[in-house]
Amino acid sequence: MVEFSLPKNSRVQPGKTWPAASGAKRPKTFRIYRYDPDSGANPRIDTYVIDLADCGPMVLDALIKIKTEIDSTLTFRRSCREGVCGSCAMNMGGHNGLACIKAIEEVPGEEVTVHPLPHMAVIKDLVTDFEPFWAQYESISPWLRTRSPVPEKEYRQSPEERAKLDGLWECILCACCSTSCPSYWWNGDRYLGPAVLLQSYRWIADSRDEATGERLDDLEDPFKLYRCHTIMNCTNSCPKGLNPAKAIAEIKKRLVERSL
Amino acid sequence: MSGTRAVRRGSGSARHGTGHWKLQRLTAIASVFTGLWFVAAMISLSGAPYAEIRAWLGSNFNATMMILLLISAYWHGALGLRTIIEDYVHTPALKVGALVAVKLLAFAFATSSIVAVLQVAIGS
Repeated sequence: MVEFSLPKNSRVQPGKTWPAASGAKRPKTFRIYRYDPDSGANPRIDTYVIDLADCGPMVLDALIKIKTEIDSTLTFRRSCREGVCGSCAMNMGGHNGLACIKAIEEVPGEEVTVHPLPHMAVIKDLVTDFEPFWAQYESISPWLRTRSPVPEKEYRQSPEERAKLDGLWECILCACCSTSCPSYWWNGDRYLGPAVLLQSYRWIADSRDEATGERLDDLEDPFKLYRCHTIMNCTNSCPKGLNPAKAIAEIKKRLVERSL
Repeated sequence: MSGTRAVRRGSGSARHGTGHWKLQRLTAIASVFTGLWFVAAMISLSGAPYAEIRAWLGSNFNATMMILLLISAYWHGALGLRTIIEDYVHTPALKVGALVAVKLLAFAFATSSIVAVLQVAIGS
């Protein structure tokens, strides 16, 4: 059955507290999930109070400030700091998002809670194991598949055909959507999840791709595709404002259309 | 992390699921129409004596509607329960057992209900 309680070694304990520096003008409390597999200890929630008067506006700014000034052991991924690389995807105030483009002010609640992406295996602190997610992405053949002879120049596409990829190509594979989806939580080993399905539809919708039939064949499965119950958390959580639920609906529509 | 790719690919696609998805919607639509008919009929028949209700169910149209309602509701229920079991039951033996039980029980209950309607309609 679905496990509704965490195993003993995953239960989160209270952690350390770092109070605000004296003279802080705008103290703000951050409660951050910590887990170090090397220590053998359970995960814990550490509390850091930082001065927003001396900090950038985004959650990532606060994390970098904490790592630089208070606790260098805090571990997280980050790279572009402008919402195009997807490295700093995490759960802030109960919502998945990118720490670099999530304003501290936007996080609901008095305190800012920061957790790793839900239901992913944690490697350390806010760093989760993306290996299974990449394996699922690879399984949908995310590249142009053609049969026609390779044209001398580029594959041509009209502006109208190109427009069909808008809302799909922008996906940065941060996994905010997939890890917000309860169906992915319960069946993530078999359900491909919204991010990978949106990516799959990006190739199905591409006028240059000649493997639509095979792609649909590979998706028609009670688990790979049909675990989607239109819960819509994916669309709600996408930090790029995309609509994975619509992409999944389009795949289901194509499957029905080809059977009629 | 060796083996992750193989594990995620599993045994490939089952190549079905669209039929289930279509039937779920089709039986839902059918249940809305027959269900509304049933509720309206029950309201208009409320307080009526046993003999009158039996005579009502005995008419060709009402018996047909009732059987259609039973088929669509049981079918829809069985499809929905299958989805719920697939979502939440992960122990293989329990899952297969539950899936088989739902299918057989839905079929048995539907058959028994339809026989009951026919007994009233055709007379026993």
